[in-house]
Amino acid sequence: MSLLASSLGKKYIMALSGLVLSLFVLGHMLGNLQVFGDPYLINAYGYKLQHLPYGLLWIIRLFLLACVLAHIWAAITLKIQNKKARPEEYEQKATVQASLASRTMIMSGLIILLFLIFHLLHYTVRAVPGHEYNQAIVTNDGTEYPAEVILIKNGKPMVDSYGKPLQVHNLHDMMVAGFSYPLISLFYVVATYLLCMHLSHGVSSMFQSVGLRNETWRYRLDIIGKIYGWVLFLGYASIPISIWLGVVKATV
Amino acid sequence: MKLNLRIWRQDGENSAGRLVDYKMDDVSPDSSFLEMLDLLNEDLIVNGDEPVAFDHDCREGICGMCSLTINGVPHGPERMTSVCQLHMRHFSDGETVVIEPWRAKPFPIIRDLVVDRTPFDRIQQAGGFISVRTGSAPDGNAIPISKEVADYAMDAAACIGCGACVAACKNASAMLFTAAKTSQLNSLPQGKAEKDRRVLGMVAAMDEAGFGNCTNYGECQAVCPKGITLDFIAQMNRDYAVASTKKLFGCAF
Repeated sequence: MSLLASSLGKKYIMALSGLVLSLFVLGHMLGNLQVFGDPYLINAYGYKLQHLPYGLLWIIRLFLLACVLAHIWAAITLKIQNKKARPEEYEQKATVQASLASRTMIMSGLIILLFLIFHLLHYTVRAVPGHEYNQAIVTNDGTEYPAEVILIKNGKPMVDSYGKPLQVHNLHDMMVAGFSYPLISLFYVVATYLLCMHLSHGVSSMFQSVGLRNETWRYRLDIIGKIYGWVLFLGYASIPISIWLGVVKATV
Repeated sequence: MKLNLRIWRQDGENSAGRLVDYKMDDVSPDSSFLEMLDLLNEDLIVNGDEPVAFDHDCREGICGMCSLTINGVPHGPERMTSVCQLHMRHFSDGETVVIEPWRAKPFPIIRDLVVDRTPFDRIQQAGGFISVRTGSAPDGNAIPISKEVADYAMDAAACIGCGACVAACKNASAMLFTAAKTSQLNSLPQGKAEKDRRVLGMVAAMDEAGFGNCTNYGECQAVCPKGITLDFIAQMNRDYAVASTKKLFGCAF
């Protein structure tokens, strides 16, 4: 299709997939911040997401995966064309006003991709050696917590439709245990900072790419993009940092 | 004032180029950058050397021929100024000045600092015109155009097609040029009839020439001697999205 072959068509794909992904990271952050509340909150949230009706969980996952793949495909194709368009670099290079974030989108993006793969293996697939959380959840200092717990709301156990207590994955303590490793926490903080940089250029850019920006809104959207990036960074980074500082503790 | 010049010398498109050092001892701060190069060339000719080839024509900042990258910045350090309007008082005594041509795959070097900007003509030929009966000029104000639209189209029409946007863009993208040309005609009643085919054709010609893609750095706007803004790229993106969708349903004109 000629639209996909064109430079502008690929920019639309970048912008639209970027829009979906940037809204997803906001929702994901808001969900995760429940770790600061009663353990019931995030454990129940995880249970609800895992038990969405009509196979919605996998529909959403596949849709997000398609957006990630489209975003990466467009980025790499455009980057290769950009490199080809300037085979010989200037002897004296200069930048007049392009921001660092705008000049490092491909690097921040690729590191975020590596982080995403690790993050999915760590907490979704749970296949990182030593962090499987199958039988028990083990922290950095060897303390063990059960991998499944009964949902307790206001001191009373929740029950399923058969009247049995509801066994759910111990999401709260899994996060506490996962972030008890300083190197893992550091990787999460660095990756979310790169996400902040990526969004500080990307959010404003996606409006430009679909033609919804002018000289007045350009500077406003640049500021909105920066704020959006920083809100996400502070929201996400607050979780490993609070766990590391002992503000958020395990349930038992 | 004294200057150390480092100038890109290259015999032809396929020969290897290099930076060559030249010393100038007595440059007037009131001379223009091109006049300074004229003085250098006079010295070179007197000494039996080959003069530095560089493009220039009107020297009034309106023809778009001058095309020098000075210390990495197309058209040099002054904002909204083409090289011919740049004066030596903006440089300091004893400064080293690196002069390079526009660098982009679609702009092959013809010689030294002269590049071939034919791809811009091809983009124009792909839709940068209106198909009307030519002949005597129409009466003034026969077609009512509001002041806002006239001003907007005039801002786009200020583009002199020098190619500094391509030279400054880290992706060698020609979107600012193409956008100025599509937006100028697409915003006026005379050009609106061919809006879709214009933007589709000109973007296709731009892609075919091998320019890079826009990543919204804004470097093009920063160096543009005519102050063309990213607004026009936004309009081109918008017009192209509408035209492509209409084309999909067979109703793009």
